[in-house]
Amino acid sequence: MMQTKLLQIEDLKLHFKTRSGSVQAVDGVDFELDSNRAVVILGESGCGKSSLAKAMLRLLPRNVERYEGRVYLQSADVMKFDDEEFRKNVRWVGISLVPQAAMNSLNPVIRVGEQVAEPAIVHLGISKTDAIGLVRKMFQHVGVPLDFIDRYPFELSGGMRQRVALAMALVTSPSLIVLDEPTSALDLLTQANIMNVLKRIKHELGTSFILITHDIATSSELADEVAIMYAGQIVETGHARDFFPAPLHPYSQMLMASVPRLRSDSDPMFITGQPPSLLNPPKGCRFAARCPYRFEKCDEEPPMLGKNGRKVKCWLHA
Amino acid sequence: MQRLFYYPSAVFGLLIVLLLVTLAIYAMVKIPYNEAIRLWRGGEAVWYQNPKFAAPAWINYFSSKKYAESFAVKTNDGTLQSEFTPGAEGTSTLIANHTFDFSYDTYPQDMILYFKSEYLEKQPFVSIEWLTPDDRAVRIANIAISKEFTYRFAQDEKLKNRLRTDDIIASLFSDPETGFPIKGQYQLLITGTTFEPGSTINAEYVFHGQVYGLAGTDQARRDLMVPLLWGAPIALTFGLIASLGSSVLTMIIAAVGTWYAGWVDELIQRITEINLVLPFLSILIMVGTFYSRSIWVILGATIALSIFTGAIKSFRSIFLQVKESMYIEAARAYGASGPRIVFLYLIPRMIPLLIPGLVSSVPAFVFLEASLAVLGLGDPVLPTWGKIIQDANSNGALYRGYYYWILEPTVLLMITGLGFAMLGFALDRIFNPKLREI
Amino acid sequence: MITDIREVFMSTQHINAPQPLLSIRDLHVWYELRRFGFGHAGYVKAVDGVSFDLAEGETVAVVGESGCGKSSLMKTILGLNIPTRGEVVFDNEHLSELKGNGLRRYRFKIGYVQQDPYGALPPFMTVQKILEEPLIISGVKNKQARLSRIHKVMAEVKLHPVEDYLPKFPHMLSGGQQQRIVIARAMLREPKLIVADEPVSMLDASVRVEILKLMRALQESHGLSVIYITHDLSTVKYFSARIFVMYAGNMIEKAETRRLLENPLHPYTHALLAATSDPDARNADSFKEVPPGEPPSLVNPPKGCRFHPRCAKAIAGLCNEKEPMDFEPEPNHFVACWLYQPQ
Repeated sequence: MMQTKLLQIEDLKLHFKTRSGSVQAVDGVDFELDSNRAVVILGESGCGKSSLAKAMLRLLPRNVERYEGRVYLQSADVMKFDDEEFRKNVRWVGISLVPQAAMNSLNPVIRVGEQVAEPAIVHLGISKTDAIGLVRKMFQHVGVPLDFIDRYPFELSGGMRQRVALAMALVTSPSLIVLDEPTSALDLLTQANIMNVLKRIKHELGTSFILITHDIATSSELADEVAIMYAGQIVETGHARDFFPAPLHPYSQMLMASVPRLRSDSDPMFITGQPPSLLNPPKGCRFAARCPYRFEKCDEEPPMLGKNGRKVKCWLHA
Repeated sequence: MQRLFYYPSAVFGLLIVLLLVTLAIYAMVKIPYNEAIRLWRGGEAVWYQNPKFAAPAWINYFSSKKYAESFAVKTNDGTLQSEFTPGAEGTSTLIANHTFDFSYDTYPQDMILYFKSEYLEKQPFVSIEWLTPDDRAVRIANIAISKEFTYRFAQDEKLKNRLRTDDIIASLFSDPETGFPIKGQYQLLITGTTFEPGSTINAEYVFHGQVYGLAGTDQARRDLMVPLLWGAPIALTFGLIASLGSSVLTMIIAAVGTWYAGWVDELIQRITEINLVLPFLSILIMVGTFYSRSIWVILGATIALSIFTGAIKSFRSIFLQVKESMYIEAARAYGASGPRIVFLYLIPRMIPLLIPGLVSSVPAFVFLEASLAVLGLGDPVLPTWGKIIQDANSNGALYRGYYYWILEPTVLLMITGLGFAMLGFALDRIFNPKLREI
Repeated sequence: MITDIREVFMSTQHINAPQPLLSIRDLHVWYELRRFGFGHAGYVKAVDGVSFDLAEGETVAVVGESGCGKSSLMKTILGLNIPTRGEVVFDNEHLSELKGNGLRRYRFKIGYVQQDPYGALPPFMTVQKILEEPLIISGVKNKQARLSRIHKVMAEVKLHPVEDYLPKFPHMLSGGQQQRIVIARAMLREPKLIVADEPVSMLDASVRVEILKLMRALQESHGLSVIYITHDLSTVKYFSARIFVMYAGNMIEKAETRRLLENPLHPYTHALLAATSDPDARNADSFKEVPPGEPPSLVNPPKGCRFHPRCAKAIAGLCNEKEPMDFEPEPNHFVACWLYQPQ
């Protein structure tokens, strides 16, 4: 019997209308995720990964031009839900989000406990007392002392606030949490702490994670699966233990080669050129302009090709 | 700049502003300053041809009752047809006549004949006759005229007796039986005789209708087009200089205060707080009453009072933020001096924010100048919109139904305010990204 | 007493060495904390007793988390902050003796590369104007002379063709290009020292390496001294000869890069290295050991060693009582930790 995947995304597209034209931020993304697994979406700035997070949670701005595709959350296509159904059944209840710089997005005039309780009250319809009970549990999971419930955000350090944001995402016990750059603004030790917290939650609560980041080294702390995003598309997916030692796509290879390593003596390489603008993505393979291995076939956009359980969007592996 | 065209209100506002500027330039070119002053303050000699309190002539298009239009003709330039024939024994005869169409429903305010003659001893003699469309000839007067003689039809007592009426003008134009105005061609016939060789007679026939010109007239018979046209450049100049002057000075002072901090900042804050408490209009009134009403003095006082206002506080808060930015720190690190940082690094950052405020505050200053004029403290010499309103007010325009007098300057003021405000709001949306909608 | 011993240690190291380019002795930078109208409420002791030397042509990395005082240290070296106590001697000039114009001219000699490339460039100036500014300020009146210097420096940071970049505004350039302009600006007056505050942390991974390599090339060709401030330990070994680790205003470990990375002595350094990940899938299988707690307040730091509340190896009665001095368990490897007290 096939195990139902927790999340399956097919051909997700999100295009924005701007004065200069149509920004094709998410342009045909496919990937899938099992329960209790963490996938890391790696990409550099401008590849569309933040837009992907928003697309998954339907947190759309006003200038959306195109939003289509199929998102199966436990076999139900949530793209077909209307906005109200989505809000009640999917957002925060099925998938929740820890946005970028979450520690700065806490309301400064409301006590921390109340803020974390709010999603529970709104989405689960429980009373405030019950919600605070959930908050206590979540604070224990993320490692925030319980007496912080009555404090205001400015009384907490950056690391603590990030944990509070994480608790807020957890309080409704979603099956999947999307984290957008959860550690980029944090110190080294705090970063390690947060990754520990995420690992523990995955272990204790069975939550799945989608971790969106550009920090390749840190992402390996949590990743079971890896997906590489470039110019609005996913160009490679695979298990972490296959990917990290041997990436397949030329971009992934060059990206991995550019990471300086503490414990080995490699000479990091850099990638020349710049990613294409999402305003007018080039035809054919979007990485071709910077790829040292390009050949004539690359003028045609490669499909996602399968190779030993891994997927690569590159003609080299046809 | 191109983004301006995305906002219809901005385009509209821009058009209005351009229209006003064009109007201002037109006014200054068509009626140069000295000419304008002459027309506005010249005295009876300039205005005598116009009726008093006359509405604009174009209301006749909109009214079922046609109002008499004004005109003036004279023998000197041939508009009043005349023939001067010498006769026997040094006498000469002048025959002047003027035929005109009267198709109005109302009577003119007045008719006046101005005679100028030259003679040594013997006064010329004139005889005036009036011919109606229904072929009645009315003998108006027979008079001996002096060098400068004015004959006012409405004030001739003898004529009043002869026509058995108090309102000469009305009776000259109406049917003796029904009393209604008779429309048709009227003729004024003047026969004059001089008794000396070289003696001349010149006549000017002035017809004061009920309406006049494009803008009407005021209590002193002045054509209101002059102040309406000239009000534009004056209002714009005052508004722009006041707005620019106070904005720029405010910005510079805020920058200096924020950068040097310490007692400089404190001083500026305290001055601002004191200035905020002072009553702006009252002080200007005092300046106008006790010192001088010249528009430059008022302008200077306005700018001086407008610098240390709330705007300093908001500029300061922005400067405080900008002061912390990385490029300022970098500038200090490569040894830039305080004044250099203030003028080359802080202030250029602020200029985009300055512009919408500048445009939006122009109408406030324009209205200020107009308000002062209405209160009687406007510049004594200049023809401005506020002055028109003040004249209208002190002559009870609204009570007497002279609506045009108030409406014309008011509408112009409102259009000015609207134009700049719309342009200013659109600029605000462009320069302040947070207000922008995508 | 303690100060004397430190000075003895410090001075014996450099008896035969040539005059260092930068010499910092017992530097304290304290900021006064003011509460509304209630006078002062204490000091933020951002830098509390730091001493080190930097030779010409040497690069040193200063590593630490936020709040450890590295920014204040850097700003003091740049001449943007006034030291509360202690000595800063750069190129034989005593910083404390400089004021006003003298201080401004001191700043000409040190280049500053900042963290945020876009923020470091005035958005309303073209590249040409941005690069002319430091030259104008330091008195290069001839426009031609300025332009030729700018061309030279732009070529060195590999922004070709120079003419294309000069009329552009910062927002038209990519992050990497912006940072090159910042570096070019720092190099304009041929400084002997460059202070780089996290110069690559806001750049994309693939660009970081490019910029670091560029900086290294420049450093080698010009014989520059560089102070490289970072919290990313994995980049340190590509760029610095020595590492200084800072914690809560003190320098707790100073060593040659290789030595420190192979053999970190201070427990905090150890924790930092352990918390740095390399991209390795096996990381997901284990938890990292992180010292509990958070860095202390700089207003009221803990008595004795400032790390002791978080340290698993703290010696009761010693670490919480007396501040440790710099010990040198290996040659040129200094650590301020009682664990290395010579017996």
